[in-house]
Amino acid sequence: MTEGWGREALRTLGGPLAALAVLVAFNALFTPGFLELEIREGRLYGVPVDILQQGSRIAIVALGMSLVIATAGVDLSVGAVAAIAGAVAAVALRDGGHAPGTAVSMALGASLACGLLNGALVVCLRLQPIVATLILMVAGRGVAQLVTDGLIVTFDEPGFAGLANAAFLGLPRPLWWMVGLFVATAAIVRGSNLGLFIEAVGGNAAASRLAGVPDRRVRVSAYLFCAGCAGLAGVLECSYIQAADANNAGQLLELDAILAVVIGGTALTGGRFSLPGAVLGALILQTLTTTLYMQDVSADVAPAPKALAVLAVCLLGSPPLRARLRELARGGGAAR
Amino acid sequence: MLSASGISKSFGAVRALDAVDLRLRAGEIHCLMGENGAGKSTFIKCLSGVHRPDAGRFTLAGEEVRFRSPREAEAAGVSTVFQEVSLIPHLTVADNIGLGREPRGFLGAIDGRALRERARRAVARLGLELDVARELSDLPVALRQLVAIARAIDVEARVLVLDEPTSSLDREETERLFAILRRLREEGLAVLLITHFLDQVFTLSDRITVFRDGGFVGEYETAAIGREELVRSMVGREFAEVERGPDAPGASGTARIEARGLRRRHAVENVDLTVREGECVGLAGLLGSGRSETARLLFGADRADGGEIRVDGAARRLEAPRDAIALGIAFTPEERKADGLVLDLSVRRNIELAWQARRGLALSRGEAGVVERLVRALDIRTPSLDAPVGRLSGGNQQKVLIARWLALAPRVLILDEPTRGIDVAARAEILREIEALRAAGTAVLLVSSEVEELVRCCDRVVVLRDRRSVAELSGAALDENRILEAIAAGHD
Amino acid sequence: MSRFRFPSRGVLTPTATFAVLLATYLVGVFSFEHFGSAAVLRNLLVDNAFLGVAAAGTTVVIISGGIDLSVGSLMALSAVVVSALVGRYGWHPAPAMLVALGGGAAFGAAQGGLIRVLALPAFIVTLAGLFLARGLAFAIQAQSAAVDHPFIARTLGETLALELPLGPRGMSLPPTVPALLLVFAATWWLLRRTPFGRRVHAIGDDAEAAALMGVPVAATGVRVYALSGFLSALAGLFFLLYQQSGDPASCRGLELDAIAAVVIGGTLLRGGVGSVVGTFFGVMTLGLIQTLITFQGDLNSWWTRIAVGALMLAFLLGHAALDRLAERARRAA
Repeated sequence: MTEGWGREALRTLGGPLAALAVLVAFNALFTPGFLELEIREGRLYGVPVDILQQGSRIAIVALGMSLVIATAGVDLSVGAVAAIAGAVAAVALRDGGHAPGTAVSMALGASLACGLLNGALVVCLRLQPIVATLILMVAGRGVAQLVTDGLIVTFDEPGFAGLANAAFLGLPRPLWWMVGLFVATAAIVRGSNLGLFIEAVGGNAAASRLAGVPDRRVRVSAYLFCAGCAGLAGVLECSYIQAADANNAGQLLELDAILAVVIGGTALTGGRFSLPGAVLGALILQTLTTTLYMQDVSADVAPAPKALAVLAVCLLGSPPLRARLRELARGGGAAR
Repeated sequence: MLSASGISKSFGAVRALDAVDLRLRAGEIHCLMGENGAGKSTFIKCLSGVHRPDAGRFTLAGEEVRFRSPREAEAAGVSTVFQEVSLIPHLTVADNIGLGREPRGFLGAIDGRALRERARRAVARLGLELDVARELSDLPVALRQLVAIARAIDVEARVLVLDEPTSSLDREETERLFAILRRLREEGLAVLLITHFLDQVFTLSDRITVFRDGGFVGEYETAAIGREELVRSMVGREFAEVERGPDAPGASGTARIEARGLRRRHAVENVDLTVREGECVGLAGLLGSGRSETARLLFGADRADGGEIRVDGAARRLEAPRDAIALGIAFTPEERKADGLVLDLSVRRNIELAWQARRGLALSRGEAGVVERLVRALDIRTPSLDAPVGRLSGGNQQKVLIARWLALAPRVLILDEPTRGIDVAARAEILREIEALRAAGTAVLLVSSEVEELVRCCDRVVVLRDRRSVAELSGAALDENRILEAIAAGHD
Repeated sequence: MSRFRFPSRGVLTPTATFAVLLATYLVGVFSFEHFGSAAVLRNLLVDNAFLGVAAAGTTVVIISGGIDLSVGSLMALSAVVVSALVGRYGWHPAPAMLVALGGGAAFGAAQGGLIRVLALPAFIVTLAGLFLARGLAFAIQAQSAAVDHPFIARTLGETLALELPLGPRGMSLPPTVPALLLVFAATWWLLRRTPFGRRVHAIGDDAEAAALMGVPVAATGVRVYALSGFLSALAGLFFLLYQQSGDPASCRGLELDAIAAVVIGGTLLRGGVGSVVGTFFGVMTLGLIQTLITFQGDLNSWWTRIAVGALMLAFLLGHAALDRLAERARRAA
């Protein structure tokens, strides 16, 4: 396994790594001050640090999303789930006077309940994943608003605010959360059979069942995990702005997460996943966004070039296009 | 009317058709026969423009034709009814018959009345009474099949191709279809019929062409060929010797798995069989006889509607494959790629899959060297253990599937067509491996369409016909001719 | 075989949607004094005209087995294009609108080509379309701008408005309402009465079988997305008339409302089965729930989302139950 790993990793991560390198090189050349770092009060500041800080939230959700996509599914509800988690945490802090740890647990509990709903709809009712998670995508934000009474809930709890704002070893905490989650997920998924089962179920559900893989449980756990990741991202966002804004928290998070997974080189057809790819994809997405800002592209216009980048990535993988190009190449060679 | 010569078609490394010929005359019913994997369906798809052949040519009424789509073929008068009823379930009967050639009325809209009228006429031509305004999905499968035929002859067809049209029809419906086909023959149509029901071939056809393993075997006048000769031409194959190991406890061993009166609607009607420790039992029968369906029931892949399955003497309800695996049963399905392997995953992962699945979520340290040992033992040829299994040849893929189960040391091994589409050398290796397992005490159930293979490998052979077990042959009675007789026995 | 014929889903679900719509309406009428007035119905149509047009396009896409997430962004883009051409470049609104409609159709066709010809997943392509159209809208015009042109204010706003002799002072219906009904009628005609409609159903139901039956799957699919793009642009124009301004930030997430309306209208998201009549009822149900919650006063707006989600779930559960019934009937046959 170990010897195949390096080549395999290079094959799947080569493209994203190159893309990131190109982006960074472009910025180093054309964006003044891009690579400048400074240390103040034992903490690192600079654009790359911001990218890591901002990209962490997307990366956390992308980790969960990549497992769901690997089971040949998709989870559209992560934005709504993040909003619910933020709302639950904020209200628990404000009204309940709970300790930060309790608030986080409650928020994550609520997210896992959402994940269970998604999983049950997909596995027990055999709804298509897009449809099943669309329900929570539509209703979830309403639930979050219900929790916050439609208000922006603020709270005064330095311990909680520190989750996303404090630094550790000079780097912002969200980065560490993300790295921790990445390491833990990789350890669990690649260290146990879960990763194999997920890829097997996503690659060929019928064959997996015939080999005795508990396909239903595997798929439900993927949705649970993804919702948990979304919940963590929601908690971090809530902590970062020290408020819960049910209307705007996690807005477009599902799209960013799916794009991150796709950019990271994972096909939406399932059967494969790459956790480093998901993280890289999120960082590429965030770097692209930051680059556009720094090139004075307004935040509102920035989605357009992002979309083109994603389409380009997808086109590279289009089977008919590849076949046609190959045919053209062959036709050219064999032309009389 | 239509002739095909030297048609070849490959999918990736797999050669599905190898220079086959076929000649179809106007005013005849011609049967195309062959077992699974013979290339019949691929041939039909090449003829009708779904696939493009890699080599060879089709001529229609003396002119070379090269259809790029079913629509072009239809326009030239070659209409095809494909194997799985290919109609649109949620459109009405009339819409299905008229799809793509709707009569137009006001503003280019469909002239609904004319559409229904034409559909009624097409249906009436088949002698059917049917409300053409009904949604297709409301109809039983048999009627849908007839609707597909009505659609096919609604155009001015000169050649009508039917791929397994009777597999879902009952006797009466089949008779009606035959009457229609005879009428069409008198009208001068050339009918090419794929079927595996021997009775039908002999009552209906004028001539027969047989394919085997993607190759052309022969063309026969129906009147001049006997049943057994025909079956032999379909299932015969060159063969490698398999040396038989010492007989383990054999027939005296304890029964590992038994089926009594096994039933499942539309699949199996009444099957009895027993496989004992150290015994290899064959399951013979033509396609559609219930042989694969029986194997799936014994593994819990499908649930039985009735009857009893006993494992090691105790009656068991097998709800899912996991139940069967827990009891030490293993199964390699007929469709290696669709139901067996996860093609994108590596050889190693595919071999480990069942073993890891039985362990649950435990740490995924593979038992040191198990995969390597199995790959060596079965001589699986792969560039690396980490290569996707989809890149391997058919024989090596089958070995990977067998290796997957050997890792569990199963006590019952059910193999559904383990050697189909596999070259001679690999086939011999697989059969040798099966024999070694049997000699070591495993109860083996071998489902195969190749009679010779069954005779060589099995202690006993259970013959299925029309979804029932009809004969059990062993000892001196176990020879090819007896099996072929039992398979081919007619209803009359 | 039993003689009893279960009504087909194409009939059953729009009926169910209509029942839900009627029930919602009756709840409103019995709970609130003025709910039964003609003005409520008028506003229901006026306020939901743009959603209705968008949902009509989404219905066609979903019946064809696809999905279109770019609807809301494309609406904003089309409104912004018109407002920029009229406001900044002094065009007459009529040609500007034609440009927007043509652009919408071209945008949709391009998405359709990527999906049906190059076999990219519809979800990702239209998601990229969502971002692209939104970004373009902001690039063209960063702020909301009022569209101030006599053609829009007078001709479309007043001259073409219908005066209905209802209520004490009569009632004026903007032209978007008859146009909305016209769009639904045309879509219904297209789906139910033309060969194109049959092909749309066919490729959504079973694309493989359709290809074997000679249906041009890719060409039909591209046209479907082009139609959806066109109707999205048209919906954007409706929104422009409704708001009298072009706002690049408008109609965010409207595609979800459109999909919700389609689902509640009984169209199956896996394709092949559905009806634009049901979608019309679905849109009206969504609007009515909103109205109801507005009338209620102390119920907050987020209950709309929760109610819509619950309704979608109910319809999907209903479909799942129907599937199981059909399966059982087939096994028993």
